Amino acid sequence: MKPAPFKYVVAKDLEQALDLKARYGEDARFLAGGQSLLPAMNYRLTQPGVLIDINSLNEIAGVHTTLLGSVRIGALTRYRTLERDANVRNLLPLVGEALPNIAHPQIRSRGTIGGNLANADPASELPAIVLTLGGRLTLKSLKGDRSVDAADFFIGPLTTAIEATELLISIELPTASPRAGFCFLELSRRRGDFAMIGVASCVQLDENDQCIDARIGLCNAGDVPIFAGGAASSLVGNKIGMAEIKEAASLVQESIDPGGSIHASREFQRHLATVLTSRALKIANERARLEH
Amino acid sequence: MKEPALSTESESIDVEVLVNGVQYQRQVEPRLLLSDFIRHELLLAGTHVGCEHGVCGACTIIFDGVPIRSCLTLAVQAHGHTITTVEGLAPDSDRLHPIQEAMRDCHGLQCGYCTPGILMTMKAYLDETPEPSEAEIREALSGNLCRCTGYQHIVDAMLLAAQRLKDQQS
Repeated sequence: MKPAPFKYVVAKDLEQALDLKARYGEDARFLAGGQSLLPAMNYRLTQPGVLIDINSLNEIAGVHTTLLGSVRIGALTRYRTLERDANVRNLLPLVGEALPNIAHPQIRSRGTIGGNLANADPASELPAIVLTLGGRLTLKSLKGDRSVDAADFFIGPLTTAIEATELLISIELPTASPRAGFCFLELSRRRGDFAMIGVASCVQLDENDQCIDARIGLCNAGDVPIFAGGAASSLVGNKIGMAEIKEAASLVQESIDPGGSIHASREFQRHLATVLTSRALKIANERARLEH
Repeated sequence: MKEPALSTESESIDVEVLVNGVQYQRQVEPRLLLSDFIRHELLLAGTHVGCEHGVCGACTIIFDGVPIRSCLTLAVQAHGHTITTVEGLAPDSDRLHPIQEAMRDCHGLQCGYCTPGILMTMKAYLDETPEPSEAEIREALSGNLCRCTGYQHIVDAMLLAAQRLKDQQS
């Protein structure tokens, strides 16, 4: 349970970090929180030749509101910081609700949002949430910046659109609209474990409580985080009651392909997806109705 | 303070770190885990190592004021940082910290293997949350496995410790 030997360097600024990545390519990994990378290295599931430590790059840490009604989160922002940030709590309630489900307090002290998204574990909470909210991710290399929609970012298990020379530097998420309600629910065998299924839901209502926008995302329901677009759009144009919720929860089945594990069979995961979607939609709808 | 430069694989790197108020300087390989650095280089064996992949919590230390897994951090990453281990908890060799006292009074340990990690987790937690509920304590303890106690006595100890720390303040 010790990592194999590697070369180590502390990047003093962003340019140096990108320069090193351009030089070493696939053989180099960025070290941010290290809460997924180091266990994988301890297990020797991965043996990078070079670790580029980016923990001192304060320019890519922190939470900022933008003038365009969004929140920009630096990739190096730790979960612990997000949990204690008033803008995250108030403007990104879905993120706020999901954070306590991520591992344990000690892991949240170190782990970063950028590391989480770049690791792209389909069972993890934040990839599904960033996808559900329609976030945009900014990738930087020596050649410049590019911005990728969450829908195009997660391309396979532990696989993203990040090129070998690029670093994920920030994530932009739209803030909660008026009369929008959110809910994140997951079920795991023990507190802090990966969820057997997790569901993120958003419901936006007009002044007559009719649904004008809905979003449903799931984690651990396939090879990538899942956006259940068909289920969500079935709610739009309706007042959301038990029948609409039941319909949407059953439509979720069309979007998911859970893999099953020793802890939960595929059939059980499918059952959970329906149950948790129903509950999450009911709560999100109630929360939206209470918004003015 | 000198920053570590790009090392070769086996080359040792300078690490300067403040642990329990004492400044240490060592040269270590990049792949040395902080948990092993604390135990084998600094000879502070109070920090225990259980799973070495971030699940058990036995290796929890306080790093720049926050609780972390020392098995999921490299020793070289501690360069220039401040650490408290379980050895730094008691005010002197004759007196225990109130959290340690409460663990003794409530029988919060049996084999004691998980105890240093639990003490450091709860030290950081009670500093931030002086009046926790039982449910909040259980949540705060969720990242520390104990196979002896069934947790009930640990939870009792933390409620007692919180009360005593509050009484001490007033």
